[in-house]
Amino acid sequence: MNSTTEKLFIKGNEVMCEAAVRAGCRFFAGYPITPQNEVPEYMSWRLPQAGGIFLQAESEIAAINMLFGASSTGTRCMTSSSSPGISLKQEGISYIAGAELPCVIANIQRGGPGLGNIRGSQADYFQATKGGGHGDYRLIVLAPATCQELWQLTMNAFDYADYYRNPVMILGDGILGQMAEPVEPIPYKPIVDLPDKDWILDGCKNRDPRVIRTLFLRPSDALMKHNLHLQDKCHTIQTELELVEKVNIDDAKLVVTAYGSTARIARGAIQMARHKGMKVGLIRPITLWPFPYVPFLEATETAKKFLVCEMSQGQMIEDVMLACQCKRPVEFFGYGGGWYPTSEKIFDHIQAVYEE
Amino acid sequence: MKFTRPETLYDTQTHYCSGCGHGIAHRLVAQAIDELGIRERVIGTAPVGCAVLLYDYFNCDIIECSHGRSPAAATGIKRCLPDRIVFTYQGDGDLAAIGTAETIHTANRGENITVIFINNAIYGMTGGQMAPTTMVSQITTTTPDGRDAQLQGPPIKVCELLSSLDGVAYLERVSVSSPKDVIKAGQAIKKAFQYQIDGKGFSLVEVLSMCPTDWKVSPAKALDFVNNEMKTAFPLGVYKDAG
Ligand SMILES: Cc1ncc(C[n+]2csc(CCOP(=O)(O)OP(=O)(O)O)c2C)c(N)n1
Ligand code: SF4
Repeated sequence: MNSTTEKLFIKGNEVMCEAAVRAGCRFFAGYPITPQNEVPEYMSWRLPQAGGIFLQAESEIAAINMLFGASSTGTRCMTSSSSPGISLKQEGISYIAGAELPCVIANIQRGGPGLGNIRGSQADYFQATKGGGHGDYRLIVLAPATCQELWQLTMNAFDYADYYRNPVMILGDGILGQMAEPVEPIPYKPIVDLPDKDWILDGCKNRDPRVIRTLFLRPSDALMKHNLHLQDKCHTIQTELELVEKVNIDDAKLVVTAYGSTARIARGAIQMARHKGMKVGLIRPITLWPFPYVPFLEATETAKKFLVCEMSQGQMIEDVMLACQCKRPVEFFGYGGGWYPTSEKIFDHIQAVYEE
Repeated sequence: MKFTRPETLYDTQTHYCSGCGHGIAHRLVAQAIDELGIRERVIGTAPVGCAVLLYDYFNCDIIECSHGRSPAAATGIKRCLPDRIVFTYQGDGDLAAIGTAETIHTANRGENITVIFINNAIYGMTGGQMAPTTMVSQITTTTPDGRDAQLQGPPIKVCELLSSLDGVAYLERVSVSSPKDVIKAGQAIKKAFQYQIDGKGFSLVEVLSMCPTDWKVSPAKALDFVNNEMKTAFPLGVYKDAG
C-alpha cells in the first residue's frame, strides 16, 4: 500500500457521512434513533467544518421537511434515520418526490414492526421499494453490502438524486451501520453530467418568480399529466440504472439471492458450496429499485432453483418470483425481528434445497 | 397616498370568499415586501389551508409545503440562504394543531424567519371543523353543540404560548376587522420583516381574520364576530419585542 494512500477505519454510519460531505452534501437534518446515532453525531461537527449546516430536528417529520426546504435552494442535502423514524418521514418523502426535489435519505434498518428492537434488519424492503408514502412515486433505492461500497454508493446517491431530480434512499441495516472496516476514501467525481439546477428558489432577482408545487388542482388533468411525467422519469431510470452483482451464475444450478449485509454473508455460504463441488451462484441486487429483473430471468436458463435470503419474513422474494416468471421454484430462508444469518446456516439451507 | 396594487401581488382575482380576511392579509404582506424593497430576495411558503394557492397571487418565489410543516421547510431554506427573506403564511390548523411542534421548535431555535399566522378560529378549507383556536361555545361542524372547554379544551393562544421562548424576537396579535386594525396590522407585518432583515430572530404576527363562509354569517356579521368575540378571547397587542 502506498504510504500516502488515506485509509479510514470508521463505522459504516460514519463512512456514509464522510462520503456525503466529500460529495458536496452541505445540509443534514435528523433525529436520534439507534442504530444510526453516529450519523447525526458525526454530521454535527463535520458539516460545520465543511461550511455546511447540521440541524438536530425536533422529529423525523421536521427533519424531512427541513430537507424539503433545503433542497429547494439547490443545496445537496441528506437525512438519516432507522425504521420507525423512516415511517414518520413518509408524507414528507411523498412531497419531495412529487416536487421532484433531490435529496438522500438513509434508512439504517432495525427490527420491526412497532418499536421492534435495535438489531439490524431488512424488514423495510416493501416500504422502500414499493412506495412507503402516498401517491405514485418511486425512490431510487441503493443497497450497499460493505463499507467500501457504502462509500461509493453514498457519493453516487447525490449524483442520481440531482440527475433524476428524485429522492434516493440508501437502504442499509444495523450491521452495516455499526461495522467498522478499512475503507479507501476514493475522491468524489460525479458519475454523470450533472444538469444545471434551473428550478431552485433563491429569490426572483433578474428572473420570473418560481413556484415549487405539490398541488395540482387545475385544470382537472394537471395532476394526471404530472403523474405521467413522473412515470416517464421512472421508466428512464429503469432503463438506465439497474445495478447488480453476479457471482458464479454461468453454470449455477442454484442461484442464491440476497442484498446488503445478508448478501455478504451469503457469499461465504456459496464458497462453501463450491468447495463441495456444488454449482451455486449469487445474484446480488445493488439497486433494489429499479430491481434488476433481467439477470434473474436469464439465470432461469441454467438454474433449477432460486434461494432468497433476507433478514425479514420475506419481502424481496416477491420481486425475485416476479423476475423468474414462475419458471423455477423460489425458496426462502430468513427471519425478521433482528435475526442474523451466518454463512454456515445459509450453507445448510443450500444443501437442503440443492438439486443437481 | 395613492392606493395601488403592490408589485408583490399579481393583477388577478383570488379564490377567496367575499368577506374573507386572507385577501387583506395578502395585501399587507405584499405591501410590506414592496415598502422594504425585498421582493427579489423573498422566498415564501404556502400552507395547506385556504391560502394554499397563494403562489397564484404572490409575485415572488414560493414553495408549497405539507400541512403544518412550513416552519421546518422555511428553516431549511433560511439556513441554506441566510441573506434571503423567508416567510411562512399559515392558518390556525396548520400552525397550532398539526404543526405545533414545528412552530414551537422553530420559534425556540430563533430561526430568523417571519411567520404570518392567520387565526380565523376554524378550519376553512375543509369546510368548517373545529380549529385549535375555535372559541368556547363556538359552533363548528365537529362541535355541533359548541366547543366545550371540558371536552375539547379552551382555544390555544399562540402569542401567549410563544412569548415564553427566549429565541423569539417579536410577537404581535393584530386584526383585519376594521380600517384602523388593518393599518396597525400592516405596521406589525412590516416590523416583523424588518426584524428579519436586521437578523433579530423569529418574528410572528397573529392576524385575527374573518371566515364568514364557515362561520355561516354575512361578511358584516363576521367583522362583528372578530371585533366583539375574538378580540376578547385573543387580546390584541405586542406579546414580545426583543427590540
Ligand atoms: C396531513 C394532512 N391532514 C389533513 C389535511 C386536510 N386539511 C387541509 S386544510 C386543513 C385545515 C386548514 O385549516 P387552517 O390551517 O385553519 O387554514 P384555513 O383553511 O382556515 O385558512 C386540513 C385539516 C391535509 N391536507 N393533510
Ligand atoms: S372558507 Fe373561510 S378562510 Fe376559506 S376562503 Fe372562504 S372565508 Fe376565507
